[in-house]
Amino acid sequence: MKVLIAKPGLDGHDRGAKVVAHALRDAGLEVVYSGLKRTPEEIVREAIQEDVDVVGLSVLSGAHVLLARRVLDGLRAQDAGDIAVVVGGIIPPRDVEALKRLGVRHVFPMGTPLPEIVKAFRQGKMSETTEEPRG
Amino acid sequence: MKDLRAHAGFSIQPLYGPEDVADVDVDRDIGRPGEFPFTRGIHKHMYRERLWTMRQYIGFGTPTETNARFKYLMAHGQDALNVAFDLPTQLGLDSDDPKAEGEVGRVGMAVDTLADMEDAFRGIPLDRVSVSLTINGMAAPITAMYYAVAEQQGVAAERVVTTPQNDILKEFIARGTWIYPVDPSLRLVADLIEFSARHYPRSNPVSVCGYHIREAGCTTAQEMAYGLAIAAAYVELMLARGMSVDDFAPRISFNFTAWGKIFEEVAKFRAGRRLYARMLRERFKATNPKSWMFRSLIGGGGSAFAVQEPENNIVRGAYIALAAALAGAQTMALPTYDEAYTIPSPKAQLIALRTMQICAEESGAADTVDPLAGSYYMEALTSAMEKRILEELAHVDRLGGIVEAVKSGAIQAEVARQAYLYEQRIVSGEIPKVAVNCHVGDVPAEADREVELYAFDPKATEAQAAKLARIRRERANDAVWAALGRISNEARGRGNLMYPIMEAVKAYATLGEIARAMKDVFGEHKEAVKF
Repeated sequence: MKVLIAKPGLDGHDRGAKVVAHALRDAGLEVVYSGLKRTPEEIVREAIQEDVDVVGLSVLSGAHVLLARRVLDGLRAQDAGDIAVVVGGIIPPRDVEALKRLGVRHVFPMGTPLPEIVKAFRQGKMSETTEEPRG
Repeated sequence: MKDLRAHAGFSIQPLYGPEDVADVDVDRDIGRPGEFPFTRGIHKHMYRERLWTMRQYIGFGTPTETNARFKYLMAHGQDALNVAFDLPTQLGLDSDDPKAEGEVGRVGMAVDTLADMEDAFRGIPLDRVSVSLTINGMAAPITAMYYAVAEQQGVAAERVVTTPQNDILKEFIARGTWIYPVDPSLRLVADLIEFSARHYPRSNPVSVCGYHIREAGCTTAQEMAYGLAIAAAYVELMLARGMSVDDFAPRISFNFTAWGKIFEEVAKFRAGRRLYARMLRERFKATNPKSWMFRSLIGGGGSAFAVQEPENNIVRGAYIALAAALAGAQTMALPTYDEAYTIPSPKAQLIALRTMQICAEESGAADTVDPLAGSYYMEALTSAMEKRILEELAHVDRLGGIVEAVKSGAIQAEVARQAYLYEQRIVSGEIPKVAVNCHVGDVPAEADREVELYAFDPKATEAQAAKLARIRRERANDAVWAALGRISNEARGRGNLMYPIMEAVKAYATLGEIARAMKDVFGEHKEAVKF
């Protein structure tokens, strides 16, 4: 499985993104990390170019709903709606459902144990789930 | 017996005695407070003469909303301010820039023009309140706006006390609000230091930050080592401009964190003060004792806190305050217990302020100077920390110095590696975290019920955009274009950019316009992505 870890928006905190990228790589996944301040359009383009199975968005600024929507819409518009999108960061519990309604497959709010994140990715193709990440 | 390690990596023994401090020379290594090498603190009587300044980090929504929160905390005994700016402001984007969508007023207050800084400080006397500005890539124009507001208030330049963070190297390493490539970014840092040293003698034009690098994952020793390396880089920059070290070094300050193991943190600052004093005196030949002093804001970081059972973070905050007090902080700031969820509520901010006040007034931690001095453990730990910091500094040298290590991304990669190692130690339980990886109760934390979430108001964006449109209509555009032209010209040349920037902000040029005038010349930074 190939994964793109991306930081959309203006937020410069990349500790979480890099820790997850490291952990996924150690778990045997192919991981691309695209760096800070990518626009949703750039992320969509890179996801398609790199032919990834999953895009992991990391947002700590509070703009996660807007940014996730942009990425999902962009992927669908490019006929790449089969690429799963997951989101991690400072996601208040009230926004978890909102993100899932948009089509985000998994949400990993602050405090999600690293092994749970790795496990979710290892399940292969990210399946629809109703399971709440622990927070 | 279980092996225990400091965050810096060395083993902690179960017992320390005289043999562990045999190498310590009391006069050379410890000395007296207020005297070289300042191991025991930079003032003779420390808190008995002046308590640390309490300076919570605040800012959200519009400048008017932020102004109300400033006044709320000042009414409860906070004596200084630390302003948080939203991300578009930090990156030089106007509130109506498409790239700013969804981010206006989110993590700090929005500033587009001088009018916003006027609103933010309305009714706050800038000759009596010292204000930190957490701004880096845009430090030059935001500080220019601050100086302009002070001037409007009739405050003489020599009475203005402000601390723009202005530490771009740590932004490249850890915090991410870089804009221009490394070299022009450094030039802007130096322009602000030089301009302030000449015209605003009580301002502190750079606050060197280990804090954010630690928050990004590095160890305690790396935090201090990288901070010292960054400070040295700025000193060299100013010397290269022909300034004398004693003309600016007395106004250099520091921003570090004190979460983790209390004694290790205290030792980190005692060792750091000693190393900084020696560096300034011996390597840079500073002769003014004020140039040798490591003056610091010491606070906590959100990394210390947990999302599970967030009220426990109040207790963690109290330990951070104790560590900062024992470490000899000049200024203190604490994270709020709801940090993992939201922009702090007024209640959470008041609890953080009260925590510092209880530490100051009730705990006795402020009764006498450097109360841990002379303890076998503390002195051995201080020596061990000094040794580790020197090793990390040597590593930075091997990478070609801090500026080269930042350009190549080598430091960023090392910080990310440490963050991953730390996370693995949390997962394994080697680093215990109550209610996270030990003493986890049967009932999962249902924290949302206990935390009042900040209700972000999208109307703030509209209000901010409307105000910006009005100012663009009402200002004298000829003066704005002329000033912006001078910024671009100066950017191509070698003069100090603060002069045309001052002119531009007074003409109500927007931050985005000023940022672009420089971007046209400097270009944008391309991140060396390594992990």
